[in-house]
Amino acid sequence: MISYLFIFLAIMAVASALAMVISRNTVNSALFLVLNMVSLSGIYLLLQAQFLAVVQVLVYAGAIMVLFLFVVMLLNLDDEVSLFNKFRVKYFVAFIFGVVVLSQILYSMGTVSNMLPEISPQMAQIGTVEAIGDALFKEYILPFHIVALLLTAAATGALLVAKHKVNPVTEKND
Amino acid sequence: MISIDWYLALSAVLFCIGMIGVLIRKNAIVIFMCVELMLNAVNVALVSFSSYHGNVDGQIFVFFSLAVAASEAVVGLAIIIAIFRNNLSVDVSKINLLRW
Repeated sequence: MISYLFIFLAIMAVASALAMVISRNTVNSALFLVLNMVSLSGIYLLLQAQFLAVVQVLVYAGAIMVLFLFVVMLLNLDDEVSLFNKFRVKYFVAFIFGVVVLSQILYSMGTVSNMLPEISPQMAQIGTVEAIGDALFKEYILPFHIVALLLTAAATGALLVAKHKVNPVTEKND
Repeated sequence: MISIDWYLALSAVLFCIGMIGVLIRKNAIVIFMCVELMLNAVNVALVSFSSYHGNVDGQIFVFFSLAVAASEAVVGLAIIIAIFRNNLSVDVSKINLLRW
């Protein structure tokens, strides 16, 4: 049962990623990326990471992709008509590069399943909200606060960068 | 449980699709979305290792990487808006002020 679910979710994730790269319309790309995020959250559920599955849907598919769609529709972009119109060397080189990197990653991951420790079935049930919160608020409380600082700095910086008109610095004589 | 190799293979495939997308697309927003896809692929690898080791630290790391991805998306989209205001385009082949 889990195998069938995994195959379904993996095919959906890979197909939506490919469709995101290929599609010419930017809004379609963003919506395919949302589909990809949702299928990845299903993968997290199969891996017993319930908290991360919920956070993936909330933060990625909810917040970040809404931001992307908002910017796409705000800028009112045209379709990228020149994509795949004719064969370019660039596409070929990118494909070769991707295949090389993929084979490297797969080669380096090939022996990793022999190094895994033996774990009991209840040790695999670690991704509950309770366990994550326990570790997050005891061991990792300092990084958690630093993340809060980072988010505040990011929001302030984004406001400053995207502000329409930067006020010129006027010299005051008083 | 199915073997961890399948999760790692899925993560590698998604990472490479994202990388090819970064290389061939010209629209800056789509390039950004491909970077998000690569981040997600690495998250899948981290969560699968965490789950198969029975150790929660990997999932905490994914949580922090989600926060970093959110702030990166916010700042990046603000930069794209600022560039669009100056150039009226987000085509990265037309943004060549600093290009050699």
